[in-house]
Amino acid sequence: MYVAVKGGERAIDNAHAWLAEERRGDTDVAELSVAQIREQMALAVNRVMAEGSLYDPDLAALAIKQSRGDLIEAIFLIRAYRTTLPRFGGSNPIDTDTMQCDRRVSATFKDAPGGQVLGPTFDYTHRLLDFKLAADGEAPKAPSTTAPTEPTPHIMSFLDRENLIQPEKTSDATPDDLTRKPLELPASRALRLQSLARADEGFILGMAYSTQRGYARNHAFVAELRIGAVAVEMDIPELGFAIDIGEITVTECETVNQFQGSKTEPPQFTRGYGLVFGMTERKAISMALVDRALRWKELGEDNLGAPAQDEEFVLYHSDNIQATGFLEHIKLPHYVDFQSELELIRKLRREAQDAMSQEAAQ
Amino acid sequence: MQAHVLEGGFDNHAVDSSHAFRAVMTAMARPGQIATLQGALPPAPLSKAAGVVLLTLCDPETPIYLAPSHDSQQLRDWITFHTGAPFVTAEAAIFAVGTWQDLPVSAFAIGTAEYPDRSATLIVECESLSNTGAVLRGPGIKDQTALSLPKTDAFQSNAALFPLGLDFIFTCSDRLAALPRTTRVG
Amino acid sequence: MSDYNFAYLDEQTKRMIRRAILKGLAIPGYQVPFASREMPMPYGWGTGGVQVSAAILTPDDTFKVIDQGADDTTNAVSIRRFFQKTAGVAVTEATTEASVIQTRHRIPEQDLRDDQILVYQVPIPEPLRFLEPSEVETRKMHSLEEYGLMHVKLYEDISQHGDIATAYAYPVKVEGRYVMDPSPIPKFDNPKLEMAGIQLFGAGREQRIYAIPPYTQVVSLDFDDYPFQPTKADHACDLCGAEDSYLDELIVDDAGGRMFMCSDTDYCTSRRKNGHVGAQGVPFKEDAA
Repeated sequence: MYVAVKGGERAIDNAHAWLAEERRGDTDVAELSVAQIREQMALAVNRVMAEGSLYDPDLAALAIKQSRGDLIEAIFLIRAYRTTLPRFGGSNPIDTDTMQCDRRVSATFKDAPGGQVLGPTFDYTHRLLDFKLAADGEAPKAPSTTAPTEPTPHIMSFLDRENLIQPEKTSDATPDDLTRKPLELPASRALRLQSLARADEGFILGMAYSTQRGYARNHAFVAELRIGAVAVEMDIPELGFAIDIGEITVTECETVNQFQGSKTEPPQFTRGYGLVFGMTERKAISMALVDRALRWKELGEDNLGAPAQDEEFVLYHSDNIQATGFLEHIKLPHYVDFQSELELIRKLRREAQDAMSQEAAQ
Repeated sequence: MQAHVLEGGFDNHAVDSSHAFRAVMTAMARPGQIATLQGALPPAPLSKAAGVVLLTLCDPETPIYLAPSHDSQQLRDWITFHTGAPFVTAEAAIFAVGTWQDLPVSAFAIGTAEYPDRSATLIVECESLSNTGAVLRGPGIKDQTALSLPKTDAFQSNAALFPLGLDFIFTCSDRLAALPRTTRVG
Repeated sequence: MSDYNFAYLDEQTKRMIRRAILKGLAIPGYQVPFASREMPMPYGWGTGGVQVSAAILTPDDTFKVIDQGADDTTNAVSIRRFFQKTAGVAVTEATTEASVIQTRHRIPEQDLRDDQILVYQVPIPEPLRFLEPSEVETRKMHSLEEYGLMHVKLYEDISQHGDIATAYAYPVKVEGRYVMDPSPIPKFDNPKLEMAGIQLFGAGREQRIYAIPPYTQVVSLDFDDYPFQPTKADHACDLCGAEDSYLDELIVDDAGGRMFMCSDTDYCTSRRKNGHVGAQGVPFKEDAA
């Protein structure tokens, strides 16, 4: 006699209750506030905003709290939240020339107008665990100065004046939005950049790294990396002009890459571009390298068959929400499919064994 | 803008449009089957059924072509207010509305070999609609059915384009039937 | 969840999905691209089916969800609850009472009526994907009706194994034109793809919707000398005795003892209610499994 197993509903409820308890952890330890996460886990918040495609540090911090620090889970919460929000309109393109730079470095010129500004970087910290932090996380006030009022010019503009850098095509057309239209290949550069900006940091880092190691190497120098706040403006048709609707912090990276030139074009530098929400420079640099690798067709380069040159491969596999969902779905029941394969393999083996024993008998 | 432009939409958009879509979907899945729709009161000459279809399927992403029979400022204002859909030429339209005589059938997009779905859907306003006349066969139809089509040969040549082609919704007062490109017209 | 719209999705998203469904019905078996949204459940867990269901449900519907044929598998429970909460629809486990059935990997044993709709969750909608990984290439193949690669694959199976080695997600040709993936249903279910109800297929991650209208010709690919054969375990259900239903195999003791039971739990329960008893079953009693 057999009684079938039931109880999916109760199992789910109990699992959720247990999850909530585990999220809170030991109740003798003070609960983490959303503001604490926002202020003290700011780089995690930035990553969640960037890959979640929603600029809202409080919501990103909440998502990190809810997801127990699993950033892909937090990104997922933000994506699911943003996708059904009503759209009131589109902003004007942000102008990074006007950025209030917290950090601005160039690897191509020792100095340039605006200067090198290291900003709050890990770059030259010695990666030694700071045991003092375990007991006391307070920091003395850092030296400060008044911010320059002049806009910081882009390093690329100096190369541009000499016609040494390939000019980008300008367009006032509204670019496609892959959150509103299904991805169609070949994708425009704007669509590729959107996809890369939302892409998983680890995936893009790996792709970018592969170009440095020779899989479609494109000799990138960081012409400029800048991080800071920019104004977001939106045209209000009723008013007839644009108004300031807020300020966001972004990281922008422009790489300068070699270009052989062709019969009709004298040699010229080309550019890779990265722009990401928040202070996210690893992602922005990676994005610029991958952007450049994906441009092989328009620049008349050879397809070397490298993964980072294959836009279908990169764009279809860079979204961590798609990837993690499909990867983890193999945990779900597959009794039916497995059963059908069981029957098939038993049948094939039976037939093969019958054939072998017949041969042996002859 | 006249006051009645603002009227005649769905009372409860989410619920009304769900019922309306089910009716339209069933019609498209079962060519020739006639459904009755509720929920919209568009200005003349647009029929109630055609009004419901526009409210259910159209928005700023779906350019509409209005045939001369239906191209009035009042109707344009009503559609703009309730759906936000832009008005375009026949070639660029995703939806079109008009009487059979006034629709330039050969001008509409029939899709491409790689994207046959990028084709127009024509809402054809009819004087009458009944299960009489042309015999229909094909997907969605058990054996055969009949529908009072405005013409026969145009739909035969449309079906011959499959998998490309236009899809049709016939409307009359508060009733509607559909004819996708797969239907073979006898 | 009063913060959310009826059936969760915003109206503009629903309209976009609804337009894709209509084109899908007009071009049976063709995969219509749609701008799939992130849903509050993971990609790969039925987001395509959920988006299609959200676009077609009305408050008057009675909704049933099955996964592997069963109503009480955890993901089926999760999806059913989602629509109870966001659409307030009635739910049922009885196939005959449902107006919309969302399914993963099975077609119910009970024939569907013409007033019923079956919504499939689809992981990989492209039947040619494992033969050709590039979307650009497979789209071209569909446009040219170039399906030689598929026939070569099936034929190579026969030459290597003496049989077609595809047991689920067995490819079909719809209305003589498009080769289609019926989702990972066992090939036992393929003959039921020609039915009275409307069938809608949603692949969320892959951003495709496709459809089979009622009474549409659906042919499982095969060869004259190797005709298509829908197969199941050569047993009867040990609970209800059914000989015509698709069976799950269970390992019931440490010695590896097996038993078989209907994968369609509603079919099995209904039969037991009607007095059918299998080899290891007990007469049906309310609330006892």
